[in-house]
Amino acid sequence: MKYVAPSSVEEATSLLSSSPSAQVFAGATDVVPQMRAGRPAPEVLVDLKKIEELVAVANDGDKWTVGAATPTANLTEDPAFSEEFPGLAEAAGLIGSDQIQNRSSLGGNLCNGSPAADSVPAMVVNGARAVVAGPNGTRVLDVAEVVTGPGQTSLAADEFIVEFEIDRIPARTGDAYLRMIPRTEMDIAVVGAGARITLAEDGSIEHAALALAAVAPTVVRVPDAEAALVGNTADDETLSAVADAASEACDPIDDKRGTVAYRKQVAGVLAKRAVLIAIERAQQRNGTN
Amino acid sequence: MAITEENPGYKWVGTRPIRPDGLEKVTGKAQFGADLMLPGMLFGKVVRSPHAHARIISIDTTAAEAMVGVKAVITGSDFPDLAANGAHPSEIDVANNTIAREKVLYEGHVVAAVAATTREQAEAAAKAVEVTYEILPHVLTVDEAMADDAPLLHEGMITKGVDPAPEEASNVASKILHERGDLDQGFGEADVVVEREFTTKPVHQGYIEPHAAVADANSDGRAHIWCSSQGHFQMRAYSASVLGISPGMLKVTAAEIGGGFGGKTVIYLEPLAVRLSQRAGRPVKLVMDRDEVFRATGPTSGTRIKVKMGVAKDGKITAAEVWMAYEAGAYAGSPVGAAGMTAIACYDIPNFVVEGYDVVCNKPRVAAYRAPGAPMAAFAVESVLDELARDIGMDPIDIRLANAAVEGTQASYGPKFPRIGFVETLEAIKDHPNYTADLGPNQGRGIAAGFWFNAGMMSSATVHINENGTATVVTGSPDIGGSRQSMALMAAEELGIPYESIKAVVADTETVGFNDVTGGSRVTLATGAAVVDACRLIIEDLRARAAKTWDVELDQVEWVDGQAQHVEGAQPPLSMKDLAAKSGRTGGPISANASLNSRGVGAGFSTQLCDVEVDPETGVTRVVRYLTAQDAGRAISPDYVEGQMQGGVVQGIGWALSEEYIHDSDGVMENPGFLDYRIPVASDLPMIDCAIVEVPNPAHPYGVRGVGEVGIVPPMAAVGNAINDALDVRMTDLPMSPVKVLEALNEQRD
Repeated sequence: MKYVAPSSVEEATSLLSSSPSAQVFAGATDVVPQMRAGRPAPEVLVDLKKIEELVAVANDGDKWTVGAATPTANLTEDPAFSEEFPGLAEAAGLIGSDQIQNRSSLGGNLCNGSPAADSVPAMVVNGARAVVAGPNGTRVLDVAEVVTGPGQTSLAADEFIVEFEIDRIPARTGDAYLRMIPRTEMDIAVVGAGARITLAEDGSIEHAALALAAVAPTVVRVPDAEAALVGNTADDETLSAVADAASEACDPIDDKRGTVAYRKQVAGVLAKRAVLIAIERAQQRNGTN
Repeated sequence: MAITEENPGYKWVGTRPIRPDGLEKVTGKAQFGADLMLPGMLFGKVVRSPHAHARIISIDTTAAEAMVGVKAVITGSDFPDLAANGAHPSEIDVANNTIAREKVLYEGHVVAAVAATTREQAEAAAKAVEVTYEILPHVLTVDEAMADDAPLLHEGMITKGVDPAPEEASNVASKILHERGDLDQGFGEADVVVEREFTTKPVHQGYIEPHAAVADANSDGRAHIWCSSQGHFQMRAYSASVLGISPGMLKVTAAEIGGGFGGKTVIYLEPLAVRLSQRAGRPVKLVMDRDEVFRATGPTSGTRIKVKMGVAKDGKITAAEVWMAYEAGAYAGSPVGAAGMTAIACYDIPNFVVEGYDVVCNKPRVAAYRAPGAPMAAFAVESVLDELARDIGMDPIDIRLANAAVEGTQASYGPKFPRIGFVETLEAIKDHPNYTADLGPNQGRGIAAGFWFNAGMMSSATVHINENGTATVVTGSPDIGGSRQSMALMAAEELGIPYESIKAVVADTETVGFNDVTGGSRVTLATGAAVVDACRLIIEDLRARAAKTWDVELDQVEWVDGQAQHVEGAQPPLSMKDLAAKSGRTGGPISANASLNSRGVGAGFSTQLCDVEVDPETGVTRVVRYLTAQDAGRAISPDYVEGQMQGGVVQGIGWALSEEYIHDSDGVMENPGFLDYRIPVASDLPMIDCAIVEVPNPAHPYGVRGVGEVGIVPPMAAVGNAINDALDVRMTDLPMSPVKVLEALNEQRD
């Protein structure tokens, strides 16, 4: 096994093209434990952290770009970012422990392909896009299109994510992410729920996005819940429709971390609660950025 | 701190000095089991069964032996056949658990071991050992193991304790029975009777340090073992037995220990390391990975327990009937015996039957875990008692006070209690502000109590006075809960010299007299008593030396404040320093040994108060407030006593809410790591408030009872009772996970 740390995106893509079993990594918080657990080691391990774009966070006025290998601690401790996207910052801040936070990244969390990845629903509801580099240049796709199943992505073997683009948050908009774990930290989501709400000037809901983690092979959007919210306020009837739609959207499994029935029921609970938090944040953000 | 008897003016006992092992531990200098490196040392790796129950058809080691760097490969056939040598069945079980012979009895059971120049070579060689198995049907729980047509682990196992002995073999190793009075009459006198059934899962001790051993064998058959254990004399005895040699052929040095909680009173790696070292002619180190720790060491039993209890309207318990079955894992020896003795020991009950079964199944052999057997039984009994108190509208402390065992009570397991402090722990809870603190929405409060015998057993100590008047206290009790500090504090009190002038050390098996394990909450009591005895011998010696120096009779000399004084003040005092400096002229080095078999055990009681908040929509339970009151007898080192009290509670909270062995249908453990075997993390817990109760044990020079274990007995019931108080659901199946709590709440809502 060879370790390489290229300093440019081009260098990284050519390394990937040159070896059929090369693998990129950022913080290695999944890759190294997986190898220790017996997964065959790749011929070449490509460390992306030395490439400038991959660890940069910027705001050009219209959108944020977040380097795919940026340690999540850099996001949670960025006051401007975490004020604008408190839900996404909270989700990123739930990965592992404080120590892990110094290495874990949005790109790694996404491309590991875990159905339980915390940051993914929060990226999805915020409409995040992945800028993917490959031998033929870059392409952009929605974060929701990256993971195709547990441990599986739509990226080619010689592609990797350079950065994420997230449009600046509109006025009267808030996001939220909640997860259920048996402990308070150092755990993996049994159910996760990300929500983003934009309010109309009259206080009713103009846009709604809801995405669930750990309840299906990939992150699940809940269009029925979103439809139930738009044009309404968060009254009991609407929230109950949101919860039902969220439960209905789940396609979970029974495993050591939870049962099908539990995941469905709690998905509804967390969806409702995440929507309420997002609404509260939207109400507090009346002006523009 | 609740003091029930005044401190009689101790200068050092009961103080909180800086711990002697702290600096080495926080700077990373302390040598734990895996830290030792010897010149030329090889690395070993153990080969384990992937099957829960299988017959070993063949083991082919030729490929492994041919690999680069491989210096030795061993299997069961490299060890003596103890059965043929007429060994005791329990010794044979230890040997077969160390390395399987004909059958593997659980996933993780050792079948072979290798030693190679590097760790990587050893791991590769372990994978190259080819074992052919005939897979057999397995049983994982007491229900499966006790079923009529259950496959048998041990084909000749006839249940002990049944008269007449059964003719058919079964998975039930033994039956225990305790009875008194007349059950029918007792239940007839009850105004309310509650009957419930409880189940608990195996849980691991969860020590942070995995098992590790280094062995260096000599060509004369002798060997030196370094290992982290709760008793290196026991490691010597068990290892010698498995290897078929005399214990004197082995020297065992105790490493620092990173937690044991009972799980390091048994051997796993030591004889394997010795045999590999003998075969390779080089020292060999074996260290377990975490998943090996889970799959093949510990845990304590999963159980099924039925409890029926009756009370009169005045709160007096009229009868109790307890039936329990404890998983032993692969070999006989679950803690059901202790469970039977402790289950109702807190209370004075006129009519009872306690019946228990020790049941083998295809899981790792259980090991001692903090008050072995008692916590599961207490979960059942204390939950039922809580329900009875509610049914008759009585305060949960008051119902316990109405039935509490006191001095003179005939304990349910036989003897009459001497002075004990159970009532005082109940009162300490009632007097604490937590007892009346306000509860918020979805919060509830639970009470539970627990009993543990505490142990005495054999200990030795040597005390040396150094040439400058400082002292070295040598024992053979591995320091797992602060014993070096408590030994030094008692020695300081006895000798009258400062704590800082005393160094307490743990010596190897050839440097100090025999010591039983650090377990049973016994070290401060028994090893402490040996230290006190040795110090008193030193003082006698010092008085004699002063008398000789002054040319007076011995009774003219007394030892006060660390110096020899003439009773009439006729001579200037001689300090420890003076006497040490002159030792060459007064009889030579000043040193004393003491050895004893302590019979002055003082029983321990703990009562605990738990406040929880349950999320009614997700079933998540958080502990928001916790108080533990425990009778320490006398807290020699209050910091460590509180540490023990808090540690027991925290392990109990994990047991209550989130810890469990999960096996798939093939009997393979699904959660052999700390991600999915959920011990609590710091943010899961509130501060665990401590009320140290001190009702001195009359049989110990300082009143010590022992504090290590009883703290883990009440928490599961305390948490369960609090959940019931919060949302009116009675949880009877551990752990009380969010999934189970939500299921119970759903049922309640239907």
